[in-house]
Amino acid sequence: METKNKIRILIAKPGLDGHDKGAKIVALALRDAGYEVIYSGLHQTLEQITQTATQEAVDIIGLSIMSGAHLPICEKLINMMKEQELNDVYLTVGGVIPYQDIPKLKEMGVAAVFPGGTSFEEITKGMNRLIER
Amino acid sequence: MLEVKNILAGNQRAGARMIRLIEDNDPTVFGLLKELYPHVGHAFIIGITGSPGVGKSTLIDALISEFRKLDKKIAVIAVDPTSPFSGGAILGDRLRMQRHATDKRVFIRSMASRGQKGGLSRATKDASIVLDAMGYDIIIIETVGAGQADFDITTLAHSTGIISIPGTGDGIQAVKAGILETGDIFIVNKSDKPDADASVYELKMMISMRKPPNLKITRETGWTPRVLKTIAQNGTGVKELADTFLSHFDFMKKNNFVDQKRNAMETSYFNSLLQDLTLKKLLLLMKNSKEYKEVLQKIQEGSIDPLSAAEHITSKICIFENND
Repeated sequence: METKNKIRILIAKPGLDGHDKGAKIVALALRDAGYEVIYSGLHQTLEQITQTATQEAVDIIGLSIMSGAHLPICEKLINMMKEQELNDVYLTVGGVIPYQDIPKLKEMGVAAVFPGGTSFEEITKGMNRLIER
Repeated sequence: MLEVKNILAGNQRAGARMIRLIEDNDPTVFGLLKELYPHVGHAFIIGITGSPGVGKSTLIDALISEFRKLDKKIAVIAVDPTSPFSGGAILGDRLRMQRHATDKRVFIRSMASRGQKGGLSRATKDASIVLDAMGYDIIIIETVGAGQADFDITTLAHSTGIISIPGTGDGIQAVKAGILETGDIFIVNKSDKPDADASVYELKMMISMRKPPNLKITRETGWTPRVLKTIAQNGTGVKELADTFLSHFDFMKKNNFVDQKRNAMETSYFNSLLQDLTLKKLLLLMKNSKEYKEVLQKIQEGSIDPLSAAEHITSKICIFENND
């Protein structure tokens, strides 16, 4: 019987880009690392993402963004998370993220960034570190 | 700090956190549930079950829309399986229901089965208490893609809908024991596929041949299970399905069957709590006893086998006199 605490993560794709292979593969990798992954699919509005994170009581939100709009999306989402009192939920981002933007995202309050090319091992290690600290 | 008054006020954040504590077996849960319990009994609980891929989540999505037209507050618990290998899970049911995510009168919660058999998770019953106390009118529980013997849902739901699709078997499948004996409403989804009418016919035949105990229930309530055709993807037949669920609930209320069902639900909840608490308490007492340590020592020395040791320790249990 499984009783130990699981890490719950919401994997979502905000906005218009339609490539969800990456998000699905990361979802599988996290499942294999023992995570409970809530997969909410493509074309999510930020309202849907915050509302889902609330109802599902997740520990982490993982966004997959390939549209280049990661800076405004994350900024807006972080404000909405504050409004919804999701103070104990970590926001993480993966996808097509230029390296020079990573410090900007971190400054906004994004807990971890996993740009294209990050290995599954690095992703799960990075996620685990968030929960342990 | 989680406050009961916020849950009773229907605050989604508070309710969601409470359900999380339930899943994680937090020690504060028992006390919180005791405070919530006097406030339950309002909700109509619908169980939706069926094999993987028959369209349970999509049909629930369409049902939410129908019930929202009647201005009902809806909660959904959607259970998906936990991997027996990693302990992880992909919870993808709500993917089909995401258009309702921002409706403040809809609450959707995904749940991993966490090793529980029977189609639900250990936390499902307690989570339904939280949602009932939050004031949801209808709670829909979606089981894991179920097999022939996964029918725990019937102990939790007032009304159980069993979904099948055309072309999955002949009459002998429909008359087998197990899950098909338990349904109140049978749904043939994807009914634009060939052989839908044959499936409806087989199910109706099965229902007409039902034997006790279900026959007894049918007589008491006068409810003959319905068979409906739907196409969840485009909403065909879903209004009729929503109406049928509601009319089943009305029927149960008129015939005092809701009270009977509540008694059955409370008995089964009591028994399962008793099992959990007794086991926990007895094991703790035993493991702290002198005898346990002595016997464990003997096992390790090889002077007693584990079977005799377990028999010896359990022979010490004596709490209630057996009156028979």
